Amino acid sequence: MHPRTKFLLGGAVVLGAAGVLMAGAIKDTGVYFLMPAELEAKVAQDPTMVGLGVKVGAKVVPGTVVRDSSGRQVSFDMTDGTATYPVVYRGIIPDTFSDSVEVVVEGRLDANGTFQATTLLAKCASRYEMAPEGYEAMRKAYENGAKPPHDTTAALPHDTTAKP
Amino acid sequence: MTLVGELSLWIALLMGVWAVTLSFAGGWMRREDLIISGERGLYATAGFVGLASVGLWTALITSDFSVKYVASYTSANLPTIYKISAFWGGQAGSMLFWCLILAGYGAAATFTNRSKNRALMPWVTGTNAAVLLFFVAATVIASNPFERLEWIPPDGRGLNPQLQNPAMAIHPPMLYLGYVATSIPFGFAIAALITRRLDAEWLGAVRRWALISWVFLTLGITLGMWWAYIELGWGGYWMWDPVENASLLPWLTGTAFLHSIMIQEKRGMLRKWNVVLVVGTFLLSILGTFITRSGIIQSVHSFAQSNIGAWFAWFLVLAIGVTVWLVSIRLKDLESKAELEAMISREAAFLYNNLVLVGIAFSVLWGTLFPILSEAVRGTKITVGESFFNAVNVPLGLLLLALTGIGPLIAWRRASVANIQRQFAFPAFLGLLVGAVLFVLGIRKLSPLMAWGLSGFVTGTILQEFYKGIGARMRMHGENVLFAFVNLVARNRRRYGGYIVHAGIVILFAAFAGMAFKQEHDVTFADGDTFKTKDPFGREWTFTSEGISRFKALNRDVVAVSLRPTVDGVVQPVLTSEKRQHFDTRGNPTFQEATEVGIMSFARQDVYLVLAGTVGDRAEVRINFNPLVAWVWIGGILMAVGGLIVMWPQEERQRQGGYRTELQPQHAEAATV
Repeated sequence: MHPRTKFLLGGAVVLGAAGVLMAGAIKDTGVYFLMPAELEAKVAQDPTMVGLGVKVGAKVVPGTVVRDSSGRQVSFDMTDGTATYPVVYRGIIPDTFSDSVEVVVEGRLDANGTFQATTLLAKCASRYEMAPEGYEAMRKAYENGAKPPHDTTAALPHDTTAKP
Repeated sequence: MTLVGELSLWIALLMGVWAVTLSFAGGWMRREDLIISGERGLYATAGFVGLASVGLWTALITSDFSVKYVASYTSANLPTIYKISAFWGGQAGSMLFWCLILAGYGAAATFTNRSKNRALMPWVTGTNAAVLLFFVAATVIASNPFERLEWIPPDGRGLNPQLQNPAMAIHPPMLYLGYVATSIPFGFAIAALITRRLDAEWLGAVRRWALISWVFLTLGITLGMWWAYIELGWGGYWMWDPVENASLLPWLTGTAFLHSIMIQEKRGMLRKWNVVLVVGTFLLSILGTFITRSGIIQSVHSFAQSNIGAWFAWFLVLAIGVTVWLVSIRLKDLESKAELEAMISREAAFLYNNLVLVGIAFSVLWGTLFPILSEAVRGTKITVGESFFNAVNVPLGLLLLALTGIGPLIAWRRASVANIQRQFAFPAFLGLLVGAVLFVLGIRKLSPLMAWGLSGFVTGTILQEFYKGIGARMRMHGENVLFAFVNLVARNRRRYGGYIVHAGIVILFAAFAGMAFKQEHDVTFADGDTFKTKDPFGREWTFTSEGISRFKALNRDVVAVSLRPTVDGVVQPVLTSEKRQHFDTRGNPTFQEATEVGIMSFARQDVYLVLAGTVGDRAEVRINFNPLVAWVWIGGILMAVGGLIVMWPQEERQRQGGYRTELQPQHAEAATV
């Protein structure tokens, strides 16, 4: 056999194996990425979706965040404007998580319709960019002599100790 | 200075148009006067981009809050170092930063080639200027860092505390220096295609730029891992986030190119492939920027969504179109000058190295883009996680590690049985020995066992090469070991620098494998409580709480928990983790709480402490044992050092350009890699 042919055969074996691995891994570990409304539609269509692992991207509903004082559990509502789900997350809460961020949660819907999250990623828009409303709010805040527009005032470190 | 900066950017735009037009016209008409004028146009563009950058830096350092960018990313009480680094902290500034580096590189490429590669240069200058023009235009029109505020706030919003970290101050510039350096080889590739000068000439000019890019990407990625590890508090350094993947992709194809370039130099093979790799590496770094900026893929790192994504999308389409067209009309000139002669040869080993690297790159790209692809094809977004990347990349990575040992030692063209016995007996023995010893010690997990066995094998090849080389110098020149080592490396930088890079790779892989044994403990401590556990090495640890303290520091409120560890009864220094609430000059809190992890680093493992929260006088913490993590940083730095050695200019001795098909000796020892 010509060496070139041999190499191509070997290459095909390597790439083929990689392809099989990739296809298998996607089958085993790929999860749906949905918005709450899409999740609702899927569940309505196919009730077995309850209990299936999914990722959901949504906004936290301001005012619904309840942090367990241990810092290991948080519950909140997430929404995309159409559908809303209560979420319970157990684990270390990322620093970027707060009242009005976008989150990506991974986990499953339980029988009561609560989303039990095993991972929580917080996308903090203010981390890199100031949204236009952020600037307007800052301006108003300064003009009123009030505090600048940071929802984090609710989450001062002392607060965690003050709660029962 | 703000006005000067903004004006400079507009002038740079005009100068860019000048440089592109005159360079291409000069190349087309072969008129030296136009070519020179085009080059001066590029220098002028670079100068004005530099002036614009000085303008932005001045605004940042003097806290001119009438500039929206300054008000968005800094505050009056921010340490100066972070005012300087805020330049690349946000979208608009980082675009200007990209322009600045590109301008510097472009001018340097033109300047260093002012008296050589003259046929190529007008096209190189023109292409580089065109890319620069695109970035300046995108900056000025879509993402202007000099945008003013109608109402001037008394203080800025400050920099996110997670970014207030020395690693974060230098990680982005390192990555940018790496990303942007891929565009110079792209310029040479386009020039070579246009002028049909596709032999060793353009490759020689490109190699050093590819190395610059590779070294900076290596440093940037390592720093990024370090930052994630010490700042994000989840106990790891790599989570296959799209933005991390985006930095890995050009690194992988760049690494492939640095290997395949040797095949073209020595044998005149892989001519098409090399063009594809150069262009691909550049496009992948643009794609990485596009992914980060457009928000089309969910990532924790994302910048705010903006229309700048569309700019990059069009740029990608245009660049791919031009390249495909140029390659298609130059296919004849890209014919290979030699054929693969045997499967057991260095050529074949390098081909497989390329195949695996590109295979890894492809799988990472596929996994990263899969949400978009699945949505386009099946209508639903499906994401893949860490397990996808590990399932594919662990086997491919192990294959790559094995090739790292085989490639440099196997003979060119056709390896004889004698060559294989002579070169691989000792390394194979060492690899098997390492594997056997670890197995006896009780390690049963397959992939770490293979990773460490192969690490032993590759270490064997590297040790053997240094042993032979140093021995030869000691006999021939009567030097002592140390001198022989230094001279050996200094006189054969490409070859022995390459081995140092490989040593870094071995350390890195061995360290990755260590994380398979990490441990995680969630513990609650009241003051004086003690927690007992065994680490992955079977040693007895106790952690005793020294209580929670609350205090005010420079610009933050701090809650800290301190633990006193002992290992096998020996008392260790105190380990502390903090929650920090930053505040601005008026005492108002800014951003969310930031967690500061406590890390104790040893050669065999890190002890990693995270304060999750406090309840009264009780602290909720997580304690991790992370085996071998320190070696990740050591491996990364060693790779960069090796890369620098390879890159460092060396007076040309016997090496002539072009391929030397007939000169190449059969045995491997004489090969200079």
